[in-house]
Amino acid sequence: MPEKNNGFRNEGVALLVPEVRSGRDMLPADRCLEIYRVMVRSRAMEERMIKMSKSGQGYFWIGGPGEEAFNTCLGLQVKKGRGPAYDYLHLHYRNSSTLIAMGMPVIDCIRQMAMTSTDPHSMGRNFAGHFAYRDWNVIPVTSVVEVQYVMAPGTALVQKRLGGDGITIVTGGEAGTAEGDFASCLVWSSRPGNELPILIIVTNNGWGISTPACSQHGEKHIIDRGKGFGIRGEVVDGNDVLASWHAVRRGMDYCRRERRPYMIEAMVSRLYGHSSSSGAQRVRNEADPIELFEHKLTEAGLLDAVAIEHTHEEALAEVEAAVEQVLSEPMPEPSDVEKYTYAPSTVDVVYPEDYTGLPTSGERPA
Amino acid sequence: MATLVQAVRLALHYGEENLGVTDVFGEDVGPPLGGVFTATQGLKTAWNSPLDERGIIGAAMGIAYAGGRPVAEIQFCDYGFNTIDLLKVAGNQRWAGAGNYDMPLVVMTPSGSGIRGSLYHSHSFESWASRLAGWKVVMPSNALDAYGLMLSAIVDPNPVLVLLPKALLRVRGEQKIPGEPDSEEELKARIDAPVGDRSGWQPRWPDVKPHFVPIGSAALVREGEDATVISYGRTLPLCVQAADALAEETGKHCDVLDLRSIFPYDWKAISASVRKTGRVLIVNEDTEVANFGEHLLRRVIDEHFYELLVRPRVIAGKHVPGIGLNHVYEQNTVPQLPVIQDALRAVLTEEA
Repeated sequence: MPEKNNGFRNEGVALLVPEVRSGRDMLPADRCLEIYRVMVRSRAMEERMIKMSKSGQGYFWIGGPGEEAFNTCLGLQVKKGRGPAYDYLHLHYRNSSTLIAMGMPVIDCIRQMAMTSTDPHSMGRNFAGHFAYRDWNVIPVTSVVEVQYVMAPGTALVQKRLGGDGITIVTGGEAGTAEGDFASCLVWSSRPGNELPILIIVTNNGWGISTPACSQHGEKHIIDRGKGFGIRGEVVDGNDVLASWHAVRRGMDYCRRERRPYMIEAMVSRLYGHSSSSGAQRVRNEADPIELFEHKLTEAGLLDAVAIEHTHEEALAEVEAAVEQVLSEPMPEPSDVEKYTYAPSTVDVVYPEDYTGLPTSGERPA
Repeated sequence: MATLVQAVRLALHYGEENLGVTDVFGEDVGPPLGGVFTATQGLKTAWNSPLDERGIIGAAMGIAYAGGRPVAEIQFCDYGFNTIDLLKVAGNQRWAGAGNYDMPLVVMTPSGSGIRGSLYHSHSFESWASRLAGWKVVMPSNALDAYGLMLSAIVDPNPVLVLLPKALLRVRGEQKIPGEPDSEEELKARIDAPVGDRSGWQPRWPDVKPHFVPIGSAALVREGEDATVISYGRTLPLCVQAADALAEETGKHCDVLDLRSIFPYDWKAISASVRKTGRVLIVNEDTEVANFGEHLLRRVIDEHFYELLVRPRVIAGKHVPGIGLNHVYEQNTVPQLPVIQDALRAVLTEEA
């Protein structure tokens, strides 16, 4: 007769699945569930923001559905903080899960979508997903793709000089790598004797708005372009959480330890098209990393249908509450237009504090 | 007296020693050359970059983000045109991020004609630069101002573009930089790298002192009641010569304002002078369509229309694709002394 369940049985089960496997990769169960929740919350937030773009609660939407697996694994492994001892993040506009993984409340993303003056990233000035967060070294995201790759060597140069293990992380899509700035990043991060600790990431979703990557890029992999510079790298299935986690870990470890660049090309999905300008309709013929991970975690005995439903409901409730809160928050004022143009300066006699419109004579016009 | 380019070098040295400059960099900026115009010889933080202007501006932004104080050089402003969207991004980072980040960087670049530079070493940049909101743009016309404006550019926690008038880089100042040695020979021996092998050379910097020219303040270099001349950079000394010649010829005297800051410009000084004289001549050498001088003209008309005695004028470079190498091209493309003098004579003598 087996012993009666005395409470130890559950512990025994947990011990049987302390980790989840994918090929040779493993991750602890609690880490998998943490990643899963971030992915679901990010997706719920993005889908709600798409609705906002269609219902007049915001204008333009662009974001990261389809990149949750890779971007969450990235965010959870960032050395988070302010200044060159910590990681710098030169992101693009599909990185919401990275920020949520780092601890950004979903409401701060929704504030940017709703253009409220409480939006901590841009005070209602920039598109959704265009984060700027100084306390975590998140450099302002621009819509001008690829400029982040040409700024990244600057932060990495200071970090290399400083010592320590802070690195610079730069990420963007594969289409933008056709810009010269991507080549600049390769050149500047591999100058002989001045190699820089930059994790150069390309999330390859196979599209540049409406143009298939295969119609414009003859190179087999984007990271092949690093070979000529001696930059190590790897291609990873960005829809596979475990593979992504370990690719990011390997890349970060290498950059932190060797103080040299490393490239990761993550093959990802784009589940709502380019942006609201292309309709933001759900794409059905691309893999969904959340569904894949749910399958994996169910197989491993960590999730069941009830737990999955509960996780999604919880995320939806969180997002709904955030939207409700944001819609009651103040909008920018006309007097905010010039605000934060200039930092206060002791050597500027016209704008000692901030920009205030064109220079004046200090008198009323004639 | 120091030349304008020596003054820049002394300012960068002062900046390294006292104002926290961490990186002076660009193409050929570090040893052995120290800049194609010698502006960066002997500086301890100077280094050579790849031949990549976008990389230079991007790296400067990154260094500034990470707490450094970079001074980046674009070798000729003509090569800065492919950086214009990065300059725009640098200017908008504080605003776009609602104050999340400051952008304390300096970009210096030689601008304008006057060295027989032909198509790609003669262009002006200030009109383009004046449209880069979030930047401050300065342009000295003499050595002491170059020193003082560079120190201010370094201290200002915003992106500042220092445009150096190519034609005046070798011109000696009339006023001494504080701490500058008494003799030109001594200064040269101390801070100019020797021609030929300079691998063992070290500068012996003079103990230069702080001198800040505030950003946004013009200098009134000639004073008079009869007309206002507004200029900067290469054309400023020409305007002074024209005003002096016409004072002798006509007995009429002009205010000559050296603007020094393109943005923010010293509207207080301009406005006061225009009210006093009612006659205005604006001179620069950038191309004439959407020229920065046109903006000043618009403000003069908007705010002082009823105080003007005669029609105001702008003298600028011709709207042609480039400045040709043969001196006939250059002489007839950008304003030279006779043209400025004729325009000023007309402004001074036209009946009100």
